[in-house]
Formats: sequence, C-alpha cells, structure tokens
Amino acid sequence: MQVEVKNLTHIYSEGTPYESVALTDVSFEIGEGEFVGIIGHTGSGKSTLIQHLNGLLKPKSGKILVDGVDITGKDVKMSDIRRKIGLVFQYPEYQLFEETVRKDVAFGPLNLGLAQEEAEKRAEEAIRLVGLDYEEIADRSPFELSGGQKRRVAIAGVLAMQPELLILDEPTAGLDPKAHADVLDMIVRIHETSKNSIILVSHNMGDIARLSDKVLVMDRGRLILTGTPSEVFRQAELLESLGLALPPPAQMMRDLRAAGVPVSADILTIEEAEEELYRLLTAAKTDN
Amino acid sequence: MDVIIEIDDLVSEYKKEDRLEPVRAVNHVSLKLRRGSFTAIIGRNGSGKSTLAKNINALLLPSSGAVYVKGLNTADPEKLWEIRQCVGMVFQNPDNQLVSAVVEDDVAFGPENLGVPPDEIRKRVDESLLSVNMYEQRKKAPHLLSGGQKQRIAIAGVIAMRPECIVLDEPTAMLDPQGRKEVMEIIGKLHREGITILLITHFMEEAAKADRVVILDEGRVVLDGTPAEVFRHREEIRAVGLDVPFAVELAHRLRKRGLEIPENIISTEEMVDYIACRLK
Repeated sequence: MQVEVKNLTHIYSEGTPYESVALTDVSFEIGEGEFVGIIGHTGSGKSTLIQHLNGLLKPKSGKILVDGVDITGKDVKMSDIRRKIGLVFQYPEYQLFEETVRKDVAFGPLNLGLAQEEAEKRAEEAIRLVGLDYEEIADRSPFELSGGQKRRVAIAGVLAMQPELLILDEPTAGLDPKAHADVLDMIVRIHETSKNSIILVSHNMGDIARLSDKVLVMDRGRLILTGTPSEVFRQAELLESLGLALPPPAQMMRDLRAAGVPVSADILTIEEAEEELYRLLTAAKTDN
Repeated sequence: MDVIIEIDDLVSEYKKEDRLEPVRAVNHVSLKLRRGSFTAIIGRNGSGKSTLAKNINALLLPSSGAVYVKGLNTADPEKLWEIRQCVGMVFQNPDNQLVSAVVEDDVAFGPENLGVPPDEIRKRVDESLLSVNMYEQRKKAPHLLSGGQKQRIAIAGVIAMRPECIVLDEPTAMLDPQGRKEVMEIIGKLHREGITILLITHFMEEAAKADRVVILDEGRVVLDGTPAEVFRHREEIRAVGLDVPFAVELAHRLRKRGLEIPENIISTEEMVDYIACRLK
C-alpha cells in the first residue's frame, strides 16, 4: 500500500479564541512495507497527524492518498479506511472492555461486518501474533492480565482487522524494560510476518534509530526533517534545538568527539559503538 | 546514621476480587533511608514498588511489620497528619494530581488543607513555584501546560507542604524527553537542598543519578547499594527483567572482548572521560 500525504494543514477550534494551528503544510510518503518512525516533543503535532491517517480528523486543507484514493474526501467510507489503516492509541489497554480476551479482539473484525467464524479466526491469529498463548488466555478476562499483556491484547484488537498500515502511538510508554523489549520484538515480528507498513511514534530515540527505514521529525505542527535514521540523527544541533535527544550511543560518540576523540559521526546502535571503541582502544594499546 | 524512614520487615498484602488468597505485593522488606539521601527503587511492573511507596506515607498500612517516619509508626492514626506532612507523594500521571483551574491555587491546596495562615500560604506558593521554575506560569490553567510543566506543578504542590521527604512514583513515565529532563533536574535540586528523595522509576539512567539503588523483584529486595555496586550485577539485573544503563552495557561488551574498563563506570559522562583520558 502506498500512502501520500500532501500539504496537510489542520486547525483546532477554528473561529474560536482557542484557535490553534496544529499542522502546517505537512507532506511525505510511505512506501509498501516501509517502517516509518515519527519523533517530536509533546504538542509537536504527531498525534494530530496520525489521527488524520485513519480518518479520525479531517484536514483544513491538503490530501491523503491511499493507493491513489483521497481519504479526506466526503464520499469515502470510514470503514474502508479503517480496514486498511489501524491505529493503536497511547495506553490502549484502557480501551479494553469485553468479558474475555477472545471477544475483545474479535470486536473490531465483527464491526467491519465479518462473519462470527471469520472474526474469531482472525482474533486467534492476532492473539498468537502478539506473542500470547491463545489456549491459555482466550477465555480469561482482559482485566486480570499484567500491564504488558493487556497492552498486547489491545494491539491484537487492531491487528485482527489486518491493516495494511499499522500506526502505533508510543506503544511502550510506561512499560518496564522487559515488557518494553517484548513489545518491540512483537512489532518487529508483526512487520516481518504480515509485511505491512508501520508508523511508530516514540520518544525512545534508540528504538526509532534501530527500527525505522525513514524518520520524520515534527516540531510545532511542521515536518522539519525527513530521512534515514543516520541522516536524521547526524543533525544533532537541530534536534537539540527542538528539545529532542540522540540515541544514547550517538550521544556518547558526540560527547567523545567534543572531548577530542576522533570517532565516526554515523554511529547509532550499541553494536556500532562497541566496534568503534574496540577499534580505537586496541589501536591505542599497540601504539603504546 | 540519621534515619528518616525505617521500613521494618514490611509485608503488604491486598485482596483481589476473584481470589481467596490475598496477593502479597511486598514480602518482608527492611530498609532504612538516611535523612537527605537520594534513593532510587527499580523493579518490573508488579514487583511491589508502588505498594512499598504507598506504605511510606500511610496510604497503605502494613499487613505485618512496621513503617516508621521520623520514628512515628504509620499504623498510629493519631500521627497520620504529621506523617503525611513529612512525606509528600508525587504520582505518575500529573492529570490525576492537579485539582484547581489556576496553577497557584493548585499549589496552595496542600498548605490550605494543613491550616497554614494565608500570608504564609502566599509565601510558600511563591517559593515552591520558583523552586520548580514555574513562577512565570502561576496564573495559567494547568491543562494548558506541557506534561513536564504539569508534573513540576504537582511537585510544587508537595513542596508547599514543606515535606522533609518526597516519594515520587514514576514521575517521568508519561513525559517526553524534555519533560523528563526538567523533572529530573528539579529532583536533583531538591535533593541538594536537603530533602530526602525516594524515586521509583523504569529508567535506569535516572536511577544511576541516585546515591543508592534498590532493586525489587516479587516483593523482595534483590540488590541494594550505590549505583556502581548495583549495576555491576548485570546478569542478575537482566534476570529480573530490568536493564543496566547504556554505558554499563557498553563497558561490559568491551570487557568481554578483552579490554580493561573500570567497574565503576555507570554514566555516559564517566565513559567519555575515561576513554578521552586513555586515548590522550
């Protein structure tokens, strides 16, 4: 699936004293199977942007073309958009409501008009895809699960609609390190298994750098920078001025360069940092 | 040692609707917090951190064992106000802690409840807002502020009650990196001013800033020491579902490849200093 966002502008509470421009002239593309990371501090327009992508908000001007069809148009059916584009909100576990995990996850597909049997089949697939034991969990109440499990059930509810584009708004917020790693592994697995496109909104620069093909940087409703992780995170001064951080390995390399140590400017992951420091430290050893 | 909080063999249990047996969230924990210290508690979701925190200012009472704040037993209802005035709490979600439509009213809420005279309230509100760098925003509506700003207002509300100790339960979990930094700077400042800090967090880099780190797992203390002492136990920490700070992990990887890196490096700054020194 191809998504093209063209000159998107959104204004909240237009014509009232609280009027504020939330998005200004935002344009970008998402290719088939692409993994896109979005970063920006709170209030930069990230959430407003992704709510446009599945039709929850309508723009003041601009277009969103999904496989060539403008989803901001009047005669577009919302259910068609949501069949293709799934949005997982922040803290999605607060939206669980059914008596059993099975029913909760099947709710979306049933709402799309699928037959009971098909909806349950999809629910089962989705529950397995998020890494939960279907037999063990399907008939339990979602409310008696752990925080990390609840979140995975909520994500399964969106996956069961088999979206071609899956949007996740801070899916690891508030999780402990183990649950954080589990949810990230799950996202990678979903991406590899279902070959769908993914948008990940996150404050964790390490995760964004490691997983994204392309990174979008938002500030005050504008798309400031687009590029591969190494292109984006090379702009340390710009990111700093926007109140954003570098991934920890990149920050350490930057501090080392500032301290006069000649390390590469292209390091984003711990593996790369390890290689670079190993090389430097062993070279220093042989010099002495 | 000048102990401000003493947790003595604390067991804390609660009932779950669908179970007969109570759930034991804290299982025989003993800790003494020194006056003016900065302690970080880390542990997985469900490890008992929050339950432990709520026992410190008598939001929960021990199932067995005891908690003393300045020598006062939290189970003594007569001492409740004195205990809560001594120990302030800040929670994860700032939206659940702010009660007023104007920032300075919100900060005044605590001291008003304590029956502090109006002149004194005015003074405390101004001082508290200055101390969290939010004085300029004192006339604003809290809901129009950023998450980091709201959390600093919540902290100001606690400071205005002049606590000797502040317990913060994942105060940065819902904030963006900028907001986290702002809140961590305020916590550091309060500590330097002599307030005892107990910080519960999922961020190892934040825990590394404390002078003591306690790791809880399944309601028990599994590690307790300075950040350098605790984060040395990389395998045990990972086994309880936690992580070590980035610099500790990197140092470990380099050591595994035969390089000598000092064991006391836990922060990025320390690693940078060490490498810069060695390569000069």
